[in-house]
Amino acid sequence: MSRDAGQGARDMAKEAVLRVFRGTADGGKLAEYRVPIAPGMVVLDALHHIQGYFAPDLAVRWNCKAGKCGSCSAEVNGRPRLTCKTRMDSLPLDRPVIVTPMKAFPVIRDLVTDVSWNYEVNRKIPPFSPRPGTDWKMSQADIDRVQEFRKCIECFLCQNVCHVLRDHGKKAEFGGPRFFVRVAALEMHPLDGVSRTKLLKEELGLGYCNITKCCTEVCPEDIHITDNAIIPLKERVVDDFYDPVAKLFRKVFGRK
Amino acid sequence: MSHPYEIHEHDVLVVGAGGAGLRAAIEALTRGASVGVVCKSLLGKAHTVMAEGGIAAAMANVDPADDWRTHFRDTMRGGKYLNNWRMAQIHAQEAPDRVRELEQWGALFDRTADGDILQRAFGGHTFKRLCHVGDRTGLEMIRTLQDRGVQMGFHVYMECAVTRLLKDGGRVCGAVGYWREQGRFVVFRAKSVVLATGGIGKAWKITSNSWEYTGDGMSLAYDAGAELLDMEFVQFHPTGMVWPPGVQGLLVTEAVRGEGGVLRNRLGERFMERYDPEKLDLSTRDVVARAIYTEVREGRGTEHGGAYLDISQKPADYVKRKLPSMYHQFLELADVDITKGPMEVGPTCHYMMGGVRVDAETAETTVPGLYAAGEVAAGLHGSNRLGGNSLSDLLVFGRRAGLAAAEHADRAPAGSPDETQIEEATREMLAFFERPEGDSPYAVHRDLTETMQSLVGIFRDEEDLERGLTKIRELQERAGRVRVEGSRLFNPGWHLARDLKAMLTVSEAVARSALARKESRGAHSRTDFPKSDPEWGRKNLVVSRRGNAMELAERPVPEPPPELKALMESQ
Repeated sequence: MSRDAGQGARDMAKEAVLRVFRGTADGGKLAEYRVPIAPGMVVLDALHHIQGYFAPDLAVRWNCKAGKCGSCSAEVNGRPRLTCKTRMDSLPLDRPVIVTPMKAFPVIRDLVTDVSWNYEVNRKIPPFSPRPGTDWKMSQADIDRVQEFRKCIECFLCQNVCHVLRDHGKKAEFGGPRFFVRVAALEMHPLDGVSRTKLLKEELGLGYCNITKCCTEVCPEDIHITDNAIIPLKERVVDDFYDPVAKLFRKVFGRK
Repeated sequence: MSHPYEIHEHDVLVVGAGGAGLRAAIEALTRGASVGVVCKSLLGKAHTVMAEGGIAAAMANVDPADDWRTHFRDTMRGGKYLNNWRMAQIHAQEAPDRVRELEQWGALFDRTADGDILQRAFGGHTFKRLCHVGDRTGLEMIRTLQDRGVQMGFHVYMECAVTRLLKDGGRVCGAVGYWREQGRFVVFRAKSVVLATGGIGKAWKITSNSWEYTGDGMSLAYDAGAELLDMEFVQFHPTGMVWPPGVQGLLVTEAVRGEGGVLRNRLGERFMERYDPEKLDLSTRDVVARAIYTEVREGRGTEHGGAYLDISQKPADYVKRKLPSMYHQFLELADVDITKGPMEVGPTCHYMMGGVRVDAETAETTVPGLYAAGEVAAGLHGSNRLGGNSLSDLLVFGRRAGLAAAEHADRAPAGSPDETQIEEATREMLAFFERPEGDSPYAVHRDLTETMQSLVGIFRDEEDLERGLTKIRELQERAGRVRVEGSRLFNPGWHLARDLKAMLTVSEAVARSALARKESRGAHSRTDFPKSDPEWGRKNLVVSRRGNAMELAERPVPEPPPELKALMESQ
């Protein structure tokens, strides 16, 4: 977050100008609102001010306003962000702040998009299946990496920014970073006993990812999606499908 | 003629998809019922996701001396003995199994050196008892339950709000709602309905609660003829953020104190030494909240009207590992590095101990076919809830509600509502659009939160509560006349107009109950009756609907059997 821009903004502006997308799947336009600035204010505060005083029907999805639920995703000045964690004083307020819905998902109304596709993908993933006879002992060191994946708040910003989905629209063939993170959490659970590499290869289209790391950059939970989830999963797919010796080794000795 | 609506049918309808709703749904599915889950938000966004500190369960992984008896005793003491003893007993006995079950479904708790589930200290708990995942335990819990339920095949109606329960004679037989997205109406037919809608925090100005917390379930149950219990007991969490203004009220987990954080006033004094010299910073929430409030009122508050909470004496790595969300929350939203300096904190409306009165064994309300579990229900926590007892409450009583609802659905014949009820429900929702003029729902909501904050807050007296009730009645008038602009397509103004009605019903129940209880106990502090009164210690207050009027009655607190009574009084 740029504090220099922030300090300048605080000195200059007592109010900010927001241009917010108003419209539906059939189209729309940016509407302009002037909002008074308070210390520490975030973009979602500004949107609530607009709802409360100018546009009571402005559609915004939000829940916790604490960066924990991942509901308020949108694009602020073209950058995918959680609006509850985007400080107004981190933005250049000498020009309008542009707030638009996530681009990779169909608009329902204003800033609210249809993210139901994500829930469809999730259903395809086989659940955690403990190996028979486990004693449920785990060491912290063994679960640290899995706990990183489980921090995901499902804001879908990684899905929104992934070019396979955003620019190429491959929703039918590709699961997207969120669900690679979820599969990684299951695959690397120390007590899990099933393999999901076939699913990754054939249904979730892991091969489409060419590790540009856009997903990692936008993750509000700082999950190292590409390095810690996607690349190790790609290695597992390679091992299982293109390295018969490694596959046999794992069958005999286990991997987890 | 009612407005067009779609119809869905299930054995069990669960309203709410937080911890209690999801656990109820999973249990009902296990029993072979067809289950529909209705939630106002997307799946996985419910308020449970914000729970931070942990799940209280006497697993004895860290302190081997712990067992259900101590947990039971702590819960009863924390609630100042107004609790339903049987609920407290069931809760303490079953919580460890519910936690183990979560682990078997894939949840990953922090570990002890021996590889078991790690447990941390929390206010009011004798032993280290809270199973946790850093400071994001609620997220772990909701994701685990959500994935389990999806795999088992419940049907989820996301972004759908229930506005009325349907009845066939005396029993519940379904619900009417609408899709928030398109604004179309939905009728659910069900043999059992489980309410798991959470609390009412959005009626207060400074709150840790999300927009969903508008008292829906309590209001739905009240309208359907159920009883509301202990409504005067609203928990103010001692530590919410106080600065900057936009994040005022945002929760600062009790785990900060559980991990060694210390409260100080502007003068640098550890003021908890004066309020609870034994438990200090880990005293119960009611005591700590009043202490901070008093320090500020007496001029010893911080720059922004709070207290300092300091964990910076601990190694920075430790703080970042055990309290990662707190670290980021303060750094990103308040420019404060909590590994280097103190946080500023103050009380924030957090939890509703009161709610729908239920049977301890089955979670059934006083209306046949209607169940309630989690924050929407009352009884377990008495006059003050201990931290960590909420997540365990959701699991223990969510499961019991789902089980009983499925069994009820097995033996109950399908009911059918008369069309008038559906017609009334849809007409009420459309009336908001038909007024040529009227208040904005946002303006009425702002005034409600100001009223509850200033007149029905931490400290109460007769004069304030009377004024509060008068204001609530005026606001009910105004809420009946609000006008909604725009269309039915994802219209937050419309959604709020409807939520206002629920908030006002529940706010009235809180104010009335608070006015009636002429003593101070747990979270209910009357400046005009500052002491606990043993007479009142034997009574719960119950609110119910008679015609269009709210009626208040006293009920004796259930008497525990001698062995549990002895346990409660033991040292």
